[in-house]
Amino acid sequence: MKVITITKAGEAEAVDTGFAELVQQKSGKELRQCYHCLKCSAGCPIAFAMDWIPNQIIRMVQLGLKERVLFSSTIWLCASCEVCTTRCPNEVDLPTIMDTLKEMAIRNGIKSQQAAIQTFHRVFLNCIREYGRIHEVSLLAFYKLLSLNPFEDMGLGMKMFRKGKLSLWPSRIQNVHELDAIFRVFADPKRSKT
Amino acid sequence: MKLSYFPGCSLHGTAKEYGLSTSAVCQRLGLELIEIPDWNCCGASSGHSTNYLLAQALAARNLILAEKQGLDLVVSCAACFSRFKKTDIALKENAELNKKMEEIMGVPYKGGFEIRHLLDVICNTVGWDTIRKKVSNPLKDLRLVPYYGCVIVRPHEVTQFDDEEQPQAMDNLIEAIGAESLPWSDKTECCGASLSLTRVDIVKKIARDIIEMAKEAGAQAVVTACPLCQANLDMRYGEDGLPIFYFTELLGLALGIDGKSWLDRHITDPLPLLTSFNLVKRG
Repeated sequence: MKVITITKAGEAEAVDTGFAELVQQKSGKELRQCYHCLKCSAGCPIAFAMDWIPNQIIRMVQLGLKERVLFSSTIWLCASCEVCTTRCPNEVDLPTIMDTLKEMAIRNGIKSQQAAIQTFHRVFLNCIREYGRIHEVSLLAFYKLLSLNPFEDMGLGMKMFRKGKLSLWPSRIQNVHELDAIFRVFADPKRSKT
Repeated sequence: MKLSYFPGCSLHGTAKEYGLSTSAVCQRLGLELIEIPDWNCCGASSGHSTNYLLAQALAARNLILAEKQGLDLVVSCAACFSRFKKTDIALKENAELNKKMEEIMGVPYKGGFEIRHLLDVICNTVGWDTIRKKVSNPLKDLRLVPYYGCVIVRPHEVTQFDDEEQPQAMDNLIEAIGAESLPWSDKTECCGASLSLTRVDIVKKIARDIIEMAKEAGAQAVVTACPLCQANLDMRYGEDGLPIFYFTELLGLALGIDGKSWLDRHITDPLPLLTSFNLVKRG
């Protein structure tokens, strides 16, 4: 957690004055009413590991500090557990806003410090496109290899296998072409930069 | 009573014990589950974290398939449940999304059915009275904490189920099967499962905190209603953890169903606890 210091004009970092409006438009969620009561951050189970706590992200969006927000770890660490949404007195939907910010970071080609999480999401979605469902062994193997951490969780994986929790071979759903169509329509069209 | 059923990917893999105990319990309670034919993964965190429309579309295909069955839909996994509830709202509000899905699936989505979590159906449709009457093997003296986690109850506008901060359904279910449900601090804390494979450090701390609080409350085991919560708490604590049950596993035991086929699959072995209470036969 860091403290934002707004320095004198000319020394402050780049401010994108239209950023808050753009985030609201893309997420369909209001964020200007946030008056930083900190209920979201106090309840957030992941706040201890974030570089900026949840309301600080909202504050930085309000201030137009686009780069800091899109490069932050916080947006990738949010677990979407909805404690913040539930407790916010102003009905700010933080998880949806965090999702919008992640999507904007991807579209802007930003590689965050949480690149492994981005890799995981890519592998996960590829698995759905290929098989229609998640095959845990493929997911684990590809993710751990691509994140250059092949031995993490290997012992746990073996234990799970012995307990009959993992099937070695993936099975494909029948109409996997419908999923391919979904990916072609919703994920592949050329994306405009935001 | 017939229901459409979405088990989700986990119940065919890491959460086989949830799938097996769900089938056995529902059969005993007179719930006929008709699995949605050819269902696909709901998209989970990776969908909604990276592409809003793709996430809606992945969930929407299942909802369109479910609608064809003409029955209310029951979902076992908290994450799938949350995705479906949100997509149901999105499809009704976003005509363009619905139209694109119609082009792929051949039919539009109208959504004239209810989407409910399995815990809700068992607690509120089957109900305590029926369950109490059917219990033949009460789990007497077992001290349990109910663990709801995050999106089974949150946010209420989406889930339409129980209280967001102090839910009671599982507490009452635990009492109905003869065990003791203890009050505790972490019943709606998130387990951090979406980071389970990517940030093991964070998830280990969260799982540790939750189980420490369960121990402090005097619990002998934790009861969950989500495959991600169960897996995370069962796998990420390390040695000396508590057994982490699915509510269906304990309900099955109380209904007199032999749970060998699912109780064997836990990482933290629950059999020493259950045999010490004579709830399963030794050996």
